Amino acid sequence: MGRRVLITGLDTFWGGRMAQALEAKPDVEMILGLGTKEPRVPLDRTEFVRSDQKYSILSRIVRATQVDTIVHTFLETNSVTVPARTLHEINVIGTLNLLAAAGASGTSVRKVIIKSSTHVYGSAEQDPAWFSEEDTRTGPVRTRLERSLIEVESLVRDFTDDNPHLAVTVLRFANVLGTDIITPISYDLRRRLLPSIAGFDPLVQFVEEDDVVRSLEFVTENRIPGVFNVAGEGKIPWSEVASISGAHLLPLPPFGPRLFAAPLERLSRVQFPPEMEGLVRYGRGVDTSKFREAGFDYRYSTAGAVRSFARANNLRRATGSAPPGYRYEQDVEQFFRHSPAVVRGVDA
Amino acid sequence: MRGPAPSAVGSAARSSGRPDDRDLIDAIVEHAASTSSTTSTTSTGSTDWAAAVEDPPEATGASLSYLPVAAPRRPMVDEDTEGFEDPRRSDVDEWGRSEHMRSIIRRLYDPVYRHWFRVEWEGLEKIPTEGGALLIANHAGAIPSDAPAIMHGIETELGRPVYGLADYFFRTIPVVGTMWSRSGGVPAHPDNAYRILHDQQQLALVFPEGTKATSKTYADRYRLRRFGRGGFVELAMRAGVPIIPIAVVGAEESMPIVFRLTKVAKALNLPYFPVTVNSLLLGPLGYVTYFPAKFKLRVLDPITFDVEPGLERYSRSRVMDEAERIRASMQDTLHDMLRERRSIWFG
Repeated sequence: MGRRVLITGLDTFWGGRMAQALEAKPDVEMILGLGTKEPRVPLDRTEFVRSDQKYSILSRIVRATQVDTIVHTFLETNSVTVPARTLHEINVIGTLNLLAAAGASGTSVRKVIIKSSTHVYGSAEQDPAWFSEEDTRTGPVRTRLERSLIEVESLVRDFTDDNPHLAVTVLRFANVLGTDIITPISYDLRRRLLPSIAGFDPLVQFVEEDDVVRSLEFVTENRIPGVFNVAGEGKIPWSEVASISGAHLLPLPPFGPRLFAAPLERLSRVQFPPEMEGLVRYGRGVDTSKFREAGFDYRYSTAGAVRSFARANNLRRATGSAPPGYRYEQDVEQFFRHSPAVVRGVDA
Repeated sequence: MRGPAPSAVGSAARSSGRPDDRDLIDAIVEHAASTSSTTSTTSTGSTDWAAAVEDPPEATGASLSYLPVAAPRRPMVDEDTEGFEDPRRSDVDEWGRSEHMRSIIRRLYDPVYRHWFRVEWEGLEKIPTEGGALLIANHAGAIPSDAPAIMHGIETELGRPVYGLADYFFRTIPVVGTMWSRSGGVPAHPDNAYRILHDQQQLALVFPEGTKATSKTYADRYRLRRFGRGGFVELAMRAGVPIIPIAVVGAEESMPIVFRLTKVAKALNLPYFPVTVNSLLLGPLGYVTYFPAKFKLRVLDPITFDVEPGLERYSRSRVMDEAERIRASMQDTLHDMLRERRSIWFG
């Protein structure tokens, strides 16, 4: 029997990319995607189930579909896109329900993969240059996003202790840059105005979006429980991120930079969420040797990830915006997946 | 291809009837597409893109620098790098040090080193030209003048970089923190030091006394403070590198502290606020002007430990004994050097 995988957040960037990647694998028998909205990418055989963001129906689904792997990509790591309360509902309550469903008695689940972020380390002056997985953050928790992710990870830790027979993997991803993803940083770089703090030029680390998907695939295929940092090789100065991408730095005063960025944020010129303030002041670096030793091979370094973004951005500038996106039609998708009229195994 | 002012962008976008926030260039391309054939648009687009990608990186002043920069932990090639130049635009390494910046600073600092402090080394050959080593020195001067002298001396004489480990405090000051980092300063975290010494086999310079030494008044000159909690010994044991003590004479007199203002320091959130002889004579200018004291530096014999490297913990008593022994030998050396010194200004 092939593997049966459940992906959360099918309608989000990562859920969609992950489902596409898994569809290409013949040994994955069934892919089930949960989302609050319809998927935004064309999918071949992934089953889509609409649910609320708290996953209250999850335990029933897990029991009914006998999934063996859960890929939890639906953790919000960008506080710009969602209100604070929704952030808590998605991250903390969503994970709580997901873990409850995965750990129910007689569960079919064997593996849980959580897509966390290096935001849990924060950024403070007393930080080591490279955080390893066992290190704890040195600064206080200041932002809602960091607080919610830390809470999620503590839930996952408890879950791991209570369910030693399950392989629970937490991947902490550095800031992502790449061809398609929109984060506050790529939003700023696309508009060629990158907020920085005057007099500070910290070293930062990025991971390319393909490496994110590949690492999630890698963990799906291999049994490597534990917490792992995932980030590109090396660190580069913040100013260099701007210069590689052809953007200008927007120096904000060291005291209350968010206050000064607020008017520009209102005008939609920049995005400067609270979790970015520490990053552009002190930077952040994580040690990725543990994940490397587990066998993962990166395709992009930190500078390579920035270049990957810059190349895609140059193309966008030259040729205009991307073609109109895909639209999910419930009836059509259902027809292709389940109608006896469709001859399966033939390339359409 | 720099973007035009925000207002121009907005109007261009509006005139082309698209609500997206886009550049003037995009608007022009868009316009060309609607008026002429599609092929011309594609060619405009691709040449523009190619020009931007193949734009050569800015010169990193390779001609200026002559020191090897710290090698990355693992040479690595991106999958799609074929035919593309290195995306890096600067030579800032993973610690924030830039050899280009260092070479400029060395050029500016060299006259100070040679003609102001007239630095004289003794036993410089004891510092290895390759492999990691933990350099320790006594610390002095309200705004310490010994660290730049030691780093400059070793970099010019031995041709290898030195990473100066110092308090996190530097990191929090705008501009100064960035300059400090680019010129080889690294926050003193045991993990950072271990990577520099063990993984990268570089030279690291630490001042075990810390700010206790730089904040002491002139009355306490050349009296070594407590060597922390012996962390530097444990670090050298774990990294398996020798400790090389350096005794510095002259820094104490370059910026002597008369007294400290505790309340001002507290209000400004500084570790200490010194009132120096320099500042009494020269006013605020005194905080950037050193007296031309003669600098003499003596390198002591490297100390190695016959313990297994890489352990989590080492015998506390052994660590404290070693630290105290090193402190005593440095204190003796300082007294020796002071006995031989006839003049503060001429050595």
